Amino acid sequence: MTVPGAEELARRKRLQVGPETVSNQASTDFPGHWPGENHEWNLDHFRENLKVQFYSTPPPDPLRPDVENTDPALDLTFSLIGVDTAIANAFRRILIAEVPTVAIETVFMLQNTSIIQDEVLSHRLGLIPLHGSRDGLRWMKWRNKPAEGGEEEPPSDYNCAQFTLEVDCSWQEGGKDRMRQGETDPNKLYVNHSVYAKDMVWVPIGKQHQLFKDDPIRAANPDILIAKMRPGQQIKLMMHAFKGVGKDHTKFSPVATASYRLMPAIDILKPITGADAKKFARCFPKGVIKLEKVSPEDAQKDPELQGKEGEAKAVVHDPMRDTVSRECLRHAEFKDKVRLGRIRDHFIFKIESTGQWNSDELFLESVRLLKIKALRVKRGLAEMT
Amino acid sequence: MAAPEDPSHIQIADTSADPDDTSTNDPSNITNRVTRLSGSTDTAASFQIEKEDHTLGNALRYIIMKNPDVEFCGYSIPHPSEDKMNIRIQTYDNVSAESVLDKALQDLMDMCDVIEEKFREAREEHQNKMEE
Repeated sequence: MTVPGAEELARRKRLQVGPETVSNQASTDFPGHWPGENHEWNLDHFRENLKVQFYSTPPPDPLRPDVENTDPALDLTFSLIGVDTAIANAFRRILIAEVPTVAIETVFMLQNTSIIQDEVLSHRLGLIPLHGSRDGLRWMKWRNKPAEGGEEEPPSDYNCAQFTLEVDCSWQEGGKDRMRQGETDPNKLYVNHSVYAKDMVWVPIGKQHQLFKDDPIRAANPDILIAKMRPGQQIKLMMHAFKGVGKDHTKFSPVATASYRLMPAIDILKPITGADAKKFARCFPKGVIKLEKVSPEDAQKDPELQGKEGEAKAVVHDPMRDTVSRECLRHAEFKDKVRLGRIRDHFIFKIESTGQWNSDELFLESVRLLKIKALRVKRGLAEMT
Repeated sequence: MAAPEDPSHIQIADTSADPDDTSTNDPSNITNRVTRLSGSTDTAASFQIEKEDHTLGNALRYIIMKNPDVEFCGYSIPHPSEDKMNIRIQTYDNVSAESVLDKALQDLMDMCDVIEEKFREAREEHQNKMEE
């Protein structure tokens, strides 16, 4: 059995990004692909090569550089290095569609005289992310689907969280006078003219009293605007929240989005110096390319740098910030001097939680669910006749 | 839509009927039905797995292809409205396709354990570093 060298392995792991093409996309680490090499599945080998990397300062998202990373618990970026795309993608898909959360499913309208229609209001309520004691939410069960033609399982403390929303809009004291004087700011005229997610009141039932004692079920973001009203209008309703998964309805998805991108790689093949170096740095987002002075040692080592001591030289500083825009490939002066690519097995995950669970918990849950999927099929296979 | 005036109609769970016992509430207690499709032989078989999609399909395909006894492996979702996934396995040297699938599922589970372990390690290390 031959073992490929480190350089050859790095080459195989690299997607080449050309001006018009992407090549070397497919992974080739399968038995029989490279003659004489062993690519059989090996857990120890996998363990040695797998690397998970967290970042102490959250790396900025190159596609949204102006957005600061807010809460690292809900907006997590980490690298998963050494897995195949098929596996990384399974985690991403599970995060979006199969990790269960609790969301409002049924709304009982008692009174709605606001201008927002019953069905639109119900839909808006369903999309509000809920939050509460982790143990309590974990303890809550599915509401079992009714058998064909059968009755639905009745809501109970172990499968249902109940909320009420009762808001009346009215005039402030002296509001009418102020309006006659030409005041138009609703904050100075009305009471309860905006209905927010924090106005929802959780009604604990049964065992929920204990389980959610210290951390009640509530909207994850209290300031979500649900509806606007004017004096005389009223909303009075009751809601039931159940556990569900994102593939049934997006409101059950625990993430705003979960995505990954591959680590960009930039190789400068021949030195880029002087004014060209500045132009080269401008082809990339800020921080990707650094300008360094050519030192006397550099000039001695590289014939191309001879006599250029003290000039600026382009050096790759932080490829993770790159968007792989390929701008540098459009300019003739950089022809054959740079090679762009991505690392096939370096996944930069970004998990943006909606607030019910922390992003790291969500990833662990997705790993657990993939294992459970395999287990269920394994059991099915054993029962196969 | 029904509009019950009194929200107290919600029934409080009877603790004697412990919900933790109802097996279908735990996703790991569900068994997926697996069938062998017609025309299959021992070494070249297609399996149909219910209630699975690309998530498991592609991951399983990858890990089966890592097995040197496998000549060919591919998966498909025959119809988008049917919650079914077909997986085809052809092997060399009289190796049973069923055993290959079984091994792959076990490998996938072991892999998940390793990923979980590594993720926890890295997270702990990161948290310690942040506290310093």
